[in-house]
Amino acid sequence: MIQDLLVQGTQMALVLLLAPLLTGLVRKVKARLQRRRGPSLIQPYRDLNRLLGKEVVLSENASWLFRTAPYVIFAVTWVAAALVPTFATGLLFSWSGDLIAITALLGSARFVQALAAMDIGTSFGGIGASREVMIASLAEPAMLMIVLSVALIAGSTQLSTIADYMASSAAGLRMSLALGLVAFIVVALAENARIPVDNPATHLELTMVHEAMVLEYSGRHLAMIELAASLKLLLYVSVIACIFFPFGFGGGYAIGLLCYLVKLGVAGVLLGVFEMSIAKMRVFRVPNFLGAALMLSLLGVLLLFVSGGM
Amino acid sequence: MIIPALFCIAALLCLSVAGAFFATTPSGRTIVYGGSLLVSIASLLIALLSIGAAPETVTLPIGLPWTGANFNLDPLAAFFLAVVGLGSAGASLYALGYGRHEHEPQRVLPFYPLFLAGLNLVVLAADAFSFLFAWELMSLASWALVMSHHRESGNAHAGYVYIVMASFSGLVLLLCFGLLAGTTGGYAFSAIRAGHPSSGVAALALLLALIGAGSKAGVVPLHVWLPLAHPAAPSHVSALMSGVMTKVAVYGFIRIAFDLVGAPTWWSAVIVLAVGGITAVLGVLYALMEHDLKRLLAYHTVENIGIIFIGLGLALAFAANQLPAAAALALTAALFHVFNHSVFKSLLFFGSGAVLTATGERDMDHLGGLIHRMPKTALTFLIGCMAISALPPLNGFVSEWLTFQAILLHPDLPQWGLKIMIPADGALLALSAALAAACFVKAFGVTFLGRPRTRAAGQAREVDRFSLYAMFGFAALCLLAGIFPGVMIDLLGPVTQALTGTHLPTQLGLEWLSIVPIASARSSYNGLLLFVFVAGSASITALVIHRYASRSVRRAPAWDCGFPDPRPITQYTGASFAQPIRRVFGTVVFRAHEIVTMPPPGDIGPARIEKHLSDLIWDGIYAPIADVVWRLSLALNALQFLTIRRYLTFVFAALVILLLVLALWQ
Amino acid sequence: MTHGFDFDVSHMLAGGLVLASFAMLYQDRLYALINVLALHALILTLSVAWQAYIQQAPHLYVTAAIALGFKAIIIPMALRRMVHRLGIHREIETVVSIGLTMLAGIALVALSLMVMLPVTAHADPVAREDIALALSVVLIGLLIMVTRRNAVSQVVGFLSLENGVNLAATGAQGMPLVVEISVAFSILIAFIVVGIFLFRIRERFDTVDLEALDRFRGERR
Repeated sequence: MIQDLLVQGTQMALVLLLAPLLTGLVRKVKARLQRRRGPSLIQPYRDLNRLLGKEVVLSENASWLFRTAPYVIFAVTWVAAALVPTFATGLLFSWSGDLIAITALLGSARFVQALAAMDIGTSFGGIGASREVMIASLAEPAMLMIVLSVALIAGSTQLSTIADYMASSAAGLRMSLALGLVAFIVVALAENARIPVDNPATHLELTMVHEAMVLEYSGRHLAMIELAASLKLLLYVSVIACIFFPFGFGGGYAIGLLCYLVKLGVAGVLLGVFEMSIAKMRVFRVPNFLGAALMLSLLGVLLLFVSGGM
Repeated sequence: MIIPALFCIAALLCLSVAGAFFATTPSGRTIVYGGSLLVSIASLLIALLSIGAAPETVTLPIGLPWTGANFNLDPLAAFFLAVVGLGSAGASLYALGYGRHEHEPQRVLPFYPLFLAGLNLVVLAADAFSFLFAWELMSLASWALVMSHHRESGNAHAGYVYIVMASFSGLVLLLCFGLLAGTTGGYAFSAIRAGHPSSGVAALALLLALIGAGSKAGVVPLHVWLPLAHPAAPSHVSALMSGVMTKVAVYGFIRIAFDLVGAPTWWSAVIVLAVGGITAVLGVLYALMEHDLKRLLAYHTVENIGIIFIGLGLALAFAANQLPAAAALALTAALFHVFNHSVFKSLLFFGSGAVLTATGERDMDHLGGLIHRMPKTALTFLIGCMAISALPPLNGFVSEWLTFQAILLHPDLPQWGLKIMIPADGALLALSAALAAACFVKAFGVTFLGRPRTRAAGQAREVDRFSLYAMFGFAALCLLAGIFPGVMIDLLGPVTQALTGTHLPTQLGLEWLSIVPIASARSSYNGLLLFVFVAGSASITALVIHRYASRSVRRAPAWDCGFPDPRPITQYTGASFAQPIRRVFGTVVFRAHEIVTMPPPGDIGPARIEKHLSDLIWDGIYAPIADVVWRLSLALNALQFLTIRRYLTFVFAALVILLLVLALWQ
Repeated sequence: MTHGFDFDVSHMLAGGLVLASFAMLYQDRLYALINVLALHALILTLSVAWQAYIQQAPHLYVTAAIALGFKAIIIPMALRRMVHRLGIHREIETVVSIGLTMLAGIALVALSLMVMLPVTAHADPVAREDIALALSVVLIGLLIMVTRRNAVSQVVGFLSLENGVNLAATGAQGMPLVVEISVAFSILIAFIVVGIFLFRIRERFDTVDLEALDRFRGERR
């Protein structure tokens, strides 16, 4: 029991420590592709440290919701990330929330974030919140359909059980899994505010979605929100890794940790390369993009219902 | 325990009479609402005690001479009686404070206990006559309450549409019961059950029940009265109509479809699933386009009824395929959502009533910044919004999670209609959940957050303590039902046992109080642990950062890009917030389009933007029917002006035709 | 259900063809549409080659080579040159919005599964699902032809339809080489004729937009 508790605690600390590193890796890869040197890999840690020590500047209209939102968003994202198997499956509290609960927890974080954006009473918050809920209204159903198709194949919605099933030989190549992977990557890009859906490094308010929601935040609040965004990226990469590339879960904690770090590295490099190769879409092309993901995931579920072997 | 339940109804009837007499006195409000509160709590306790007990029947010698009036309290009736009792207790407590602002109490006070009595009677009725009598009593009492502010614009039209649709639902249910009673004419439910209707009759009766009870519950396309009538009534009555009356209509459907009709067919399940899915998505899309707070909540009720019918359709599908455990899970999910919706919808209507009292405004584009002026109302409204958007660890998430688990249970059903309809419904459910979250970010964000857009919003004050007690109580219930869902699932065990023959495994003994509806290897959820983890990590993080990093705060104006504009009119309104979604979904569903007229450069006139939305259901179904009826009545108007000889010719012709029919029949 | 590795791969490739058809539904620029057509033909090549391997039917390798040579390389190149010379490398106007088109595509896949799976209940499982997916590729090809206004995109839809027919034929293990060669040649001839016609139409009427061409039909409506 104590050992299980320690392993679960280590996993929670691990995701927290690795999240800024993943963000730093993506930025470094993008910079190198642009023939710049780019900020160092540990720059996000330095940024967080700096922000934590700064004074918070609150707008005159901000309410208690604005002040507590960063902590709630961070806590919810951290709990969701702690439920995902990273270096081992079957952790102590992994049964308290399955994939549907993880999706809904991320939805709560988005809900609170959008409300905090509306709290200031300027149009920037409104633009961020309204675009974010439009993206979410298509991305969340796509995510749930992917969860359904994976759960139908693996026979459970618990991530540990799914990872174990996918790692065993019973899974095989399934068309619904391929459709699910494509759709999941699209949803992950949309939810993490990556190109082509949103530009995480933009300074133009008219092109912002996520950045417009956090425009008013400063100091320790901004640090919490940035850490939550990095955690969310890590969470999505971990979920893709544990469902679609479940290597390394059977060999003990050290092998699992090594495999996990390799997967994170590969994902970071691929994300950086992908972001550099295409341009950001117009806001009203994003529904077509996400609608395609929703259709693909719906097709995956339909195939599983209609013809059992697919 | 059925006799005490009937005594409660008698007490409500007495309160109604007392309300008629004491309406204009200052203590009239206390008598009626306080009395209703006590009676509702009593009936809630009776219901909770009767859920696990054996069914009881009693026959009173009133009503039709050859059947009497049968009343029955079995687990299903007990559960719905508990829902009614809880909703009416909350509404009565709320009304103790809210009723102070009623200008014409004599139009509301006598009918309120009558409405409650009707709701209770429908649930207890055990023969067709008492059922329909109670149904009509419920409709008429609520119609009187809807018309209580008949001088306000739109309320008279709302009342008119409501009474037409209510009569339609009563008529269809009459047909349904007539069909079920058959040629033997036994109207008691026990007689109908024993009669074993043939499968054709049973299927037709289920469809009629879907139309009749569904119209009262608010399924698309029979929902048109709901967004007109629910906002027109006073807020505590709106809460009752949305939160409780729609559930009583769902009870009617469950009673007919699961109990009286016998074994369901799979294609009726397909119809219910289709209706449920379409209702869910259309309801929330309509809600997103609204800027009147109460109309938004009323359209949202339509969406939740859709979700309940999706669960009921799944239960019918599994029952038709002889899978009782799966049917029990789907039915539990639907009934849990019945409870959840009655709690959080009432809470939201109480909140909107509080806003209406404090500011006099229902239009969210005239509100804003209320979180500073009405903090307690804002907190409870926020909990209601989070619960209805199915966010963990609140209760809305649990019923949605159970519905998804039911969808995942049996992908290998043999019928093609079900193979296609069930995943389609899963997609529609997911879509409606995401859109509901968007809708409530808009509702809470535009109404309570930001800066006040009118002086009324800027001068609002917190409401009285009774309203706050009611709202805090329901908010606490939302949280408790989300953290301890096992209690609810075990409470629903006897209900599903009676209807499907089996019940979910007992949840309360499981470690850490998680719920495991099927098997622990398959799926589990622990609301308590998630709540503890989230609350714990948030508090610890805040403590650590405040202690070791920094806790200083400075106030400054908001970022304005260098173009300061202090007017709050530059904020996002409800329509602006919904514009991206209106553009994505609305162009198809509502033929939404915007017309922008810009003055030429140099002209200082204002630019205009108009948005046009058409309600395709009203234009496509109801307007043509109304048109035909109008033309028919105009044509028949000529009958008013005939001579005496023509009238006598009519009488003579009718007599001759009847005699001919009699002759041919022989 | 556990199936062999052979079945999984052929299944995956048939599914990839359906995915490429959906990608064609989604595209609204002509060059991208032609690129996806090339990808479509490439996946068809791989699928036919895999069928040749597991059925041990060497004549299917020739079919695969034809698919690769003609449909994946020559025809897309020719189409690209045609588009460039016609000067229409701009946005396609679709008749119905992309979301509804994709929803119709899903309904068509469900329909073809609903029709084909019960009908072929006694056949070889590899062939069954391949034929069902091939029918959906054919139907989606027809959907592309119905929802586009530009003549070149209609040709693309027709070619993807033909790819679907090819998939069905190879999956059913009943396509002799001579049939394949004659079909491929007739497609080539039809293609050349269509190309000539498109240029003549363009010379005459200055447009290949079918809605505009409707006005010149002669009979006023």
